[in-house]
Amino acid sequence: MTRTEVLVVGAGPAGIAAATAAAEKGRSVIVLDDNPSAGGQIWRGATVGVPRRADTQKQRAIERLQRSGAHLLAGHCVFNADASGTLQTFGETASGSVAEEFRFQQLVLATGARERFLPFPGWTLPGVFGAGGLQALVKGGYSVAGKRVVVAGTGPLLLAVAAHLAEDGALVSSVLEQASLAQLAPFAALLWEHPAKLVQAARFRAKLWKTSYRTGCWVVEAIAATGGPRLAAVRVTDGNRTWTEPCDLLACGYHLVPNTELAALLGCKFRGSFVQVDNAQRTSLPNIFCAGEPTGIAGLDAAVVQGEIAGLACAGRSDASMQECAAAERVFASRMEKAFALRPELHSLPRPDMIVCRCEDVRYDSLRGHTGWTDAKLQTRCGMGPCQGRICGPAIEHLLGWRPVSVRQPLFPVPLDALCSHDETRKIDKLSELIEEKA
Amino acid sequence: MRETLSLTINGASRQVARGTTVAAAMLLAEQPCRISVTGEPRTALCGMGICFECRAVVNGVPHRRTCQLLCEQDMAVETNP
Amino acid sequence: MKPFDVLIVGAGIVGSAVARECARIGWRVGVIEGGTPAGGATAAGMGHVVVMDDSPAQLALTAFSRSLWQQESAQLPKSVEYEGRGTIWVAADDEEMADVRARQSLYDEAGVQARVLTAADLAHEEPNLRRGLAGGLVVPGDSVVYPPAAAGFYLAEARRLGAEVFFARALSASQGQVLLSDGERLVAERIVLAVGTECDLLPALPIQKRKGHLVITDRYPGFVHHQLVELGYLKSAHKIAADSVAFNIQPRQTGQLLLGSSRQYGNEEPKADAEILRRMIDRATEYMPGLDKLSVLRVWTGFRAATADKLPLIGPAAGLSDDRSLWLAAGFEGLGITNAPGVARLLVDGMLGRESAIDAAPYLPARLTEPARLARA
Repeated sequence: MTRTEVLVVGAGPAGIAAATAAAEKGRSVIVLDDNPSAGGQIWRGATVGVPRRADTQKQRAIERLQRSGAHLLAGHCVFNADASGTLQTFGETASGSVAEEFRFQQLVLATGARERFLPFPGWTLPGVFGAGGLQALVKGGYSVAGKRVVVAGTGPLLLAVAAHLAEDGALVSSVLEQASLAQLAPFAALLWEHPAKLVQAARFRAKLWKTSYRTGCWVVEAIAATGGPRLAAVRVTDGNRTWTEPCDLLACGYHLVPNTELAALLGCKFRGSFVQVDNAQRTSLPNIFCAGEPTGIAGLDAAVVQGEIAGLACAGRSDASMQECAAAERVFASRMEKAFALRPELHSLPRPDMIVCRCEDVRYDSLRGHTGWTDAKLQTRCGMGPCQGRICGPAIEHLLGWRPVSVRQPLFPVPLDALCSHDETRKIDKLSELIEEKA
Repeated sequence: MRETLSLTINGASRQVARGTTVAAAMLLAEQPCRISVTGEPRTALCGMGICFECRAVVNGVPHRRTCQLLCEQDMAVETNP
Repeated sequence: MKPFDVLIVGAGIVGSAVARECARIGWRVGVIEGGTPAGGATAAGMGHVVVMDDSPAQLALTAFSRSLWQQESAQLPKSVEYEGRGTIWVAADDEEMADVRARQSLYDEAGVQARVLTAADLAHEEPNLRRGLAGGLVVPGDSVVYPPAAAGFYLAEARRLGAEVFFARALSASQGQVLLSDGERLVAERIVLAVGTECDLLPALPIQKRKGHLVITDRYPGFVHHQLVELGYLKSAHKIAADSVAFNIQPRQTGQLLLGSSRQYGNEEPKADAEILRRMIDRATEYMPGLDKLSVLRVWTGFRAATADKLPLIGPAAGLSDDRSLWLAAGFEGLGITNAPGVARLLVDGMLGRESAIDAAPYLPARLTEPARLARA
């Protein structure tokens, strides 16, 4: 069992900023992340080969974290926690797996966000990925060179993903943004007020000069090849005309939903789908803070500012200029939310025989007619799989208006013996022993 | 350290660059990670350890999330039945 | 408006089974559910259809109800996941083996098929149990079901036969009238309380909550074949005061394993109890060492409704209440799923004043009143 003054969950931009700020002010800090290295999603590092372009902001942040004295523990997945000051993790390393318990005085939740998936006919075909999902897999060594890719859905992520894939050698034939030009215009105009963001956007566009960027369009179906279950084309519509585009890969995601399961488990108060925080990033629970996407989808700069505010607050400090930055980022966030709001036509994407819950293969027609999320879950098994409703939950909320109700530990699947609470850190023997027992 | 390593995917030997995740390796090999409850082939969707579509059998142990797992020399990977 | 012949408060597996039985005889039936149907004790339970012999009355009821499950099994929809897995009561040592042999004779007398397993037999049937166990008792007629789907099936059948379902909370239920949270007032000749552990409608209901924990794993088809229960389970279920755990594992049709069991008193906290969970898991891995590496998807708790004499309350509420319209289907402890079809028959027999297939006297609520106790003393 490991004690620390400040425990930060998530080593993305918000978590790194929070940990750095608290450690620089003298607190003992541990940062936990379930990935093999720091960075979260937006700063996800490629595990293969040499990074193409040095991301100086990320590099500087990580170097500053390393100098601050905070301890980064990668490969630790948080599956249980209690507001009284305990938290349990599980992690698999090359040498075996470890269940650990932590005691904290202050907790910073920087758990980030994940892509929102809206099911459409054919979305389970091999070749269909999330937008950020495909980018993450490329960073993990998948090559899309020479592959014809359509990027679709909604959100600023689409352009970033398209640019990254193009850099890897993909033929990105289209970027399809469901929001209309009219809806996007105020957001695009806002970029003029934020030169750095504009430069980023322009850089993306420069890479994609061969790609057609269409607004007001969305994918209605992923079509399989005649030879077998893999993607061959997508059917696309703009609300009037429908056409088919051949492609090898589809990278499709509908912006982001916050990872708030840990906050819910702890008992934090929510404001809609987001964790409620005050100006110092304090949640409704004493000594528990939240920074970044779980408080509102607001992008990288907001995450960094909020993280720093939370870290300083852990050390009993505050900074007025940062409060101003945070407020400005909140304006950016609300414009972004309006720009990428989902159009009503997306409610009619589903066909009755379409799979909604991928873990349990529950189809749309078996979900309708139930009284709510719990009823549907009990009667159809929807949401009972390993993803614990993280993929189907936001989709169902969008299609049927049901919000998943309660969150219980374990937050992620863990081996049975990790569930046992122990006062000392337990080393669990290698998983390969299981093979011998079964043989 | 060698730049590439070899592992078996559904019995066939494959070479990948060091640092490649098992999910990426399965995509490169065009092998599904798992077969769904109703028999559909599935591969990684979210790439960040959330969707569990990338589950495969690694060294005899089923339900391993392969997008969070780096390939190792002589690893044996099979489609999760 | 003509009153209902019966209003049933609670659309769990017991309430739904009663609703179907009442609808079958042509009554006008209303079912009242304030939460999610089958979302209470039914969803928390294990779905083990099992003959238990804690007492002759318990044996009679579980055997009777189990036979109803068996008779109907071919007609149940696939979602109910009925599987005739059978139970193996596992004996860890010679003392428990003696217990096994005694049970075998008892079951034999009662007409329940059961066979003694030697240590070698046991290892052959369930290779993932640890070496060194003494043997066991296999009861092939026991089965496994998915309770919320069974409850859903009963309720759908009741509706098909004309029953109405009211999705509202019952604020009061007495003298043939039920007041709902949406303001509606329903009138019936009879009111059945099938409410699990939510006793606010009849505070005199002598029900105590016994908290249990369950763990479900990812899919490992073939890891366990039968429902496996250690003989110590019976001691654990029999105790009425101390916290206890006992090894109890169920293979589900999906290949997932459902692991229990625990019993706690005086604990109304819905959150999982870390200490009890640890004891439960340690106990399980003592019997099946390979379990500890299996991936766990969910952990949850539930509350069983327990009575002082460990028998349920089936029949008129007379004795507990002067209200002649009130009937009870309550206090099933860990046997609600098993007993649902049997209870439905007994209750309707009681309402019609006709004889039941088994003696209904041991389950009458009036037995728990002072005069009845004095009469027995």
